[in-house]
This record gives sequence, C-alpha cells and structure tokens, in this order.
Amino acid sequence: MSMHKIKVTVNGAAEEVEVEARLLLVHHLRENLRLTGTHIGCDTTHCGACTVLLDGKPVKSCTMLAVQADGREIRTVEGLEQNGKLHPVQEGFWEKHGLQCGFCTPGMLMTSCALLEQNPHPSELQIREAISGNLCRCTGYVNIIKAVQYAAEKQQAQKEAAHAAA
Amino acid sequence: MIPSSFDYVSPTSIAEAVALLARQPDGAKVLSGGQSLLPLLKLRLGQVEKLVDIGRIPGLEYLKEEGGMLKIGGRTREAALEHSALIATRYPILHDTVRVIADPIVRNLATVGGNLAHGDPGNDHPATMLVLGAQVVVVGPKGERVIPIDQFFRGLFATALEPDEILTEIRVPTPPSRSGGAYVKLERKVGDYATAAAAAQVTLSATGVIERAGLALTNVNPVPQRAAAAEKHLIGKKPDAALLNEAGRLAAEASSPNADRRGQVDYKKEMARVLAARALQIAVDRAGGR
Ligand code: FES
Ligand code: FES
Repeated sequence: MSMHKIKVTVNGAAEEVEVEARLLLVHHLRENLRLTGTHIGCDTTHCGACTVLLDGKPVKSCTMLAVQADGREIRTVEGLEQNGKLHPVQEGFWEKHGLQCGFCTPGMLMTSCALLEQNPHPSELQIREAISGNLCRCTGYVNIIKAVQYAAEKQQAQKEAAHAAA
Repeated sequence: MIPSSFDYVSPTSIAEAVALLARQPDGAKVLSGGQSLLPLLKLRLGQVEKLVDIGRIPGLEYLKEEGGMLKIGGRTREAALEHSALIATRYPILHDTVRVIADPIVRNLATVGGNLAHGDPGNDHPATMLVLGAQVVVVGPKGERVIPIDQFFRGLFATALEPDEILTEIRVPTPPSRSGGAYVKLERKVGDYATAAAAAQVTLSATGVIERAGLALTNVNPVPQRAAAAEKHLIGKKPDAALLNEAGRLAAEASSPNADRRGQVDYKKEMARVLAARALQIAVDRAGGR
C-alpha cells in the first residue's frame, strides 16, 4: 500500500493532501474535501451520478483514482454557482423541472455544462447522446432535455446582451 | 466499493514502466484508462500488488496515417477516435465501433489499447481490428515486437501480451480503394456489452465481386475470432442479399454464445446472423457496390 502526496485543483482552489493509492477520486472529493454534491449511485461505472469535469471533460469520478488526478483540474457541482447566481444549466433544471429526487442531478448538470461549453447549440439528439452515460430513474429524461435547451437559450441571450452592452 | 490495497507508480517513460513491470511480473498490472480495470478492482473480482500507471508517459496518444497504415497510439482515448475527422471519413468501421463502446463519459478516459489488451470477448474493438487485419505493437524488456491481431487473443481475458509488456501502438493497414467496413451492435442499453455485434470489411474488384472479406462477431465466442467459413464463402462472388445472408448464417453457425441475461443461445445466434448480414450490406454499400 503506497501513500501519495497529490495536489488537485478543485473548483479553482488547489488542495494538497496525502492519499492512499486505492482512494477513488469521488471519495477524495466527498470525504477529504467534504464536497458531497458529487454522488455515488452504483459500483459498476454505469450511473454517472459521480460525473465531474476533469480538465473540462466529463469523467466518472468513481472510476478514477485520486492519484491519477494529481496536477489536474476538477470541477464539481459546487463550482457551478458563481457569486450567488445559478449557472444557466442549474437555472434550466429549476425552470423546467429537470429533476424529481435529485440524485442524478449533479452528474446531469456537469455533463450538460461540458456539452454546452463544447457545443453551445446542441440538437435534441446531441443532448440525448451526451447524457446517455447518466442514468435518471425519475424524470424519464424529457424535462432534462428541456432544461438543457433552456440553458442553451439562456446562454445565447446572455451573450447577445453582453454584446449589445459592449 | 473500494479496491483492496495496492502500490501505485506513475513512470514517465516506457522503458521505466517496462522495468517496473519486469520486476514484479505476477503482481503488477498496467493502468491505462482504467475503465475496465478499476471496476474489476472495485468489485474485487481482481486484485493487484502494484498498478503501473502509464497515464503520464508522453507520446502515447495519437492518430496518424503513415506508410500505408493508420497508427493509433496505445493510450489514445476512445473519445479522440470518436471525434476524429480522419476516422469518420477514412475508417467508418472504426467510427461505428467507437460510438457504441460504453458511454460518452467513459469514452473520455477509456483507451483503444486497453480495450484490446483487456482481452474481454465482450469488448468491441477486437472484432473490428480482426477484420481490418490490424497489428499490435508491444514493448517489453527485450524491445519491441509486432503481433498480428489474429494471434493476439488467446483466451478469456488472455492475450499474447506478456505481463512485462506494454501495448504501445495499433497499426491498421489502410484499406485499398473499393473497400468498405461497418460495425453493427445490438445492446440492451447504452453502456452494455453487446448481446451480439458484427464487424465486416470488404474489398470489391473492378467488376464488383468480393475480392477480400473480413467478418467477426462480438460476445458470442469465448475468444474474439474471425468467421473463417463465412469469409471464404464470400470471396469471388457478387455481393447480393442472398450471399450476404448466407455468410451471416455461416458466421452464426460457427459461433458459440453463452446463455445469460442478454438472451438464450438460439436468440443470440439468430441476432448474430442478422447483424452479420447487415454489417456486410453496409460494408458493401460503403465500398461502392451499389
Ligand atoms: S457512481 Fe455510478 S458511475 Fe460512478
Ligand atoms: S431525478 Fe431522481 S434519478 Fe434523476
């Protein structure tokens, strides 16, 4: 059993911690950093409740060792809200009722956030494909799709407003 | 769940990684994308003394055409393959394949080399690489060797890769003109292993008969293998629907699936037959045979 000093930047703050080699990234986030917004929903890399962004790309944090994240940048659901303002995807899930129990939501939000950063105007099919690694047992996905579409429109409107003001 | 304890090293060169593996051939294992290995360790279906993480070795992720071949770095992420214009336009069978491997999030970490080296007959790349006639480049203490894909898969989770060797590159011969390929998979849901799947790759002659044919099935044999009888039946003939259906029948007949939650033996064989014929039809269409 080896111990490793790692430095992972989480939501902009670099934290140095000593971890056991077998510690999973999700446990590092939840237990060492007390960022319990990232959920654990399965043991088999299927559900995506644990999805976080690794250097901007969604990954399943239950299927990565904390040591593998050394020197990398992680974003979790706690990093979405900025200055007391919800991120457009969060607002979308709120407005369109994109959740019921909320268990899948942190993963859904992170995947949607990465999708919109990479493709600001996704088609419905592209949204469905992007979230196909995130399971929701409540909503039937319909309102999740609407939430992501709302977020895409909101971001577009924000861009136009910023453009008009400049 | 939490894996049992192990040591972890992250070498920064292939030579260093190979030396670490050679020191502990029975207890050390290569960690690439980890999307098969870590679930195995978490469920405690497997155990290791040491993980040699190749994630910090530079120069193992690339896609390029060179000397009549497509070269894929061993640690190239499935997502890179999926989003490559080169793959989409020149190797549609690989594009088909990568889009049905696990799910888009897993594909951000999962690697092409790992998909082969894991030796899982349920994985999707083996069938595709078999029909493309790929070669696997591995590096060990004695240097590099090139293994033809037909000799790579040895058994359930067993490959020709020695415990102290690292898979560094996959080479796919660029198919000649009038070639086409396709991969068709039946899965219960995104992220599942195939109930059955088929990879087909054909080359047509100037007169439109099949000159070269590759056909292989996923998850219906204990070891990934080509459907040799079906391939032989196709050669030298016009690719009409009757011929492709017959090849599908021959491939399914030679398969030996297990009954499990994905279906009974007869059902899987029937699906293999249908999927093989479909993959062949798309391959022929893409080769310009219609
Ligand atoms: S907890 Fe289910 S995929 Fe990570
Ligand atoms: S809201 Fe309950 S699992 Fe998605």
